[in-house]
Amino acid sequence: MHLLEVKNLHVAVDGKQILNGLDLSIGKGSVHAIMGPNGSGKSTLAHVLAGKADYVVTQGEVLLDGEDILALPPDERAAKGLFLAFQYPLEIPGVATFEFLRTALNAQRKKRGEPELVVPALMKRVNEAAGKLGIGKEMLRRGVNVGFSGGEKKRNEILQMALLEPRLCVLDETDSGLDIDALKVVSDGVNALRSPDRAFVVITHYQRLLDYIVPDVVHVLSKGRIVKTGGKELALELETTGYAQYRDEAA
Amino acid sequence: MNAEIRPIKTAAETALAANFAAARCALPGAGAVAALREHAFRRFEVDGLPHRRVEEWKYTDLRALMRDAKPLAGVPDAATKARAGSAGAALAAAIEARRIMFVDGAFAPELSDLGGLESGLTIRSMAEALAKGDAQVAARIGKAVPTEDVAVALNTAFMGDGAVIRVAAGAALARPIHLVFVNAGGEGASVFTRSLVTVEKGARAMLVESHEGAGEYQVNAALELEVGDGAHVDHIKITGAGAGALHISSLMAAIGAHARFNEFLFTTGAAVVRNQLFVRFAGEGTVAHIGGANLLRGRQHVDTTLIADHAVADCTSREVFKSVLDDEARGVFQGKIIVRPHAQKTDAKMATHALLLSEEAEADNKPELEIFADDVQCGHGATSGDLDEDLLFYLKARGIPAKQAEALLIQAFVGEAVEGIEHAGLRDALMDQVVAWLRQRA
Repeated sequence: MHLLEVKNLHVAVDGKQILNGLDLSIGKGSVHAIMGPNGSGKSTLAHVLAGKADYVVTQGEVLLDGEDILALPPDERAAKGLFLAFQYPLEIPGVATFEFLRTALNAQRKKRGEPELVVPALMKRVNEAAGKLGIGKEMLRRGVNVGFSGGEKKRNEILQMALLEPRLCVLDETDSGLDIDALKVVSDGVNALRSPDRAFVVITHYQRLLDYIVPDVVHVLSKGRIVKTGGKELALELETTGYAQYRDEAA
Repeated sequence: MNAEIRPIKTAAETALAANFAAARCALPGAGAVAALREHAFRRFEVDGLPHRRVEEWKYTDLRALMRDAKPLAGVPDAATKARAGSAGAALAAAIEARRIMFVDGAFAPELSDLGGLESGLTIRSMAEALAKGDAQVAARIGKAVPTEDVAVALNTAFMGDGAVIRVAAGAALARPIHLVFVNAGGEGASVFTRSLVTVEKGARAMLVESHEGAGEYQVNAALELEVGDGAHVDHIKITGAGAGALHISSLMAAIGAHARFNEFLFTTGAAVVRNQLFVRFAGEGTVAHIGGANLLRGRQHVDTTLIADHAVADCTSREVFKSVLDDEARGVFQGKIIVRPHAQKTDAKMATHALLLSEEAEADNKPELEIFADDVQCGHGATSGDLDEDLLFYLKARGIPAKQAEALLIQAFVGEAVEGIEHAGLRDALMDQVVAWLRQRA
């Protein structure tokens, strides 16, 4: 059984159809890249997988381990091992990053029937994972993402991913707004989490990110459907030819 | 021909008149104090209870909200005092404060922590001071910030007991003073407390005032606060009064030169609350922070009305108020900053933020700036809205259930206001109350 199966997914936002029969199967341990031009539905796919309210599924299924998750609220999807790394991580003044991590981790553990972690054990975990990503203790005391640079925000996303240990990670344009150094730190963080039990959906507009996070499979998304699937060389091909031909194909 | 015709007295107005007639001879203080009472009551008789056509009371129509006036509370008996005994104890312990108890408006020295008073500190009963004809106390009644406000007039007419506290020049109190006002005598009484706190030149004091009780009762509490030159005073008022209570409170604070004054109002209780703050800057170079947080649900109505009067130059004031309004609760904020002609270099900023958790909740905001000087910085801002859906989604996407995500955001919202309190122990204690309030929500 595939870890994730998306079947004939149709999604509308504000009455406008964005996804038009998208199919996608992702096995454990694999990294799939989804590339496509602006407006092709990449972010919509990311948000609908995570369960954002204003995205209306008009048709189709999303199965995680064979179970349809479309009826589940976002927190339950997260507890089942789904993680969305946001393109634009939000700032939450007044909620300290450590408190946020503690609440999230224990909420998931509780939902799964696992014992909650006490602060000393948690502190150790958080500090270790944060250290690897170059996130200092001072940042952990600050409000979530408050005063963080673009790169710091993305690193904070990867920190959350590392701590929550999801099975399916969806990275929504994680490369946007990153300089090459930050891109490398974030990619190293992601690569360190690759494992036979964990799969990644890497959504990106540019091939550059895929030099660092090397995918097993590359899909081209256009007008709300996957129009081509190939190996990692497909990304390089797109880099030279652009998306124009796929726009025409889908039309 | 424009003289306003007074409508027929309401039941509450009639009852207040009857109460005054019955009690006037028994209320503490003769001579000048009795004359003050008569004068104040006449002030009330002229206008009656304030109503929605009285601008200052526009959103809190006492004529409609006060269906009756309860009889004055009697002297609390031993059983009542026993019931009241533990009120405020947990908070006082948490902040290591000296707990001073008032039961049904009467000073209860046997329940109060009066041992080992710091040098320069005196704590007395207002009723006793008035009854003994203490001329110094009598001379100060109504002087900190003179006002024509009717609620204050009623307080002056009926004032019973309260605290008279003096912190002598240069004294720095080691412990906060915690005034606990508890209504324990059951339903149906009204209480008028009047306190006078004088913090002299260069002295340092922290005053916490908490109000609690059960059932339906009426409170009209007034505090006159004199902050001397170079003094540093924190005053934090916690209103957690009973769900059926009507609570009117007036602070009249006169702040001297180069002083620091921090005022914070934390309100979760009572059916109807009117917190009035009359703050007068009487000396130059003073910095004041005036803020508050309301957490309201059901059909609670809480009105915060502030007048910050910059009468002299070079003072800074910051006003930040936050309200969380659930169900059909209503939060009112009226804030007026007055900058007098000579009050150049005044720097005053006022902000109010309301978080509406329900479609039926209501926030009313009325900021006013009256500026008569030309070299000042003044501003105000107000926001109201519901919880940010995108933030909620972010939290939920991390596995935090909806109610918990909301609680986290509400806590953060209130926390930003509470953070301004200097005393860490009190900050923590108030945040615990926020968490407790949120737990009742879930």
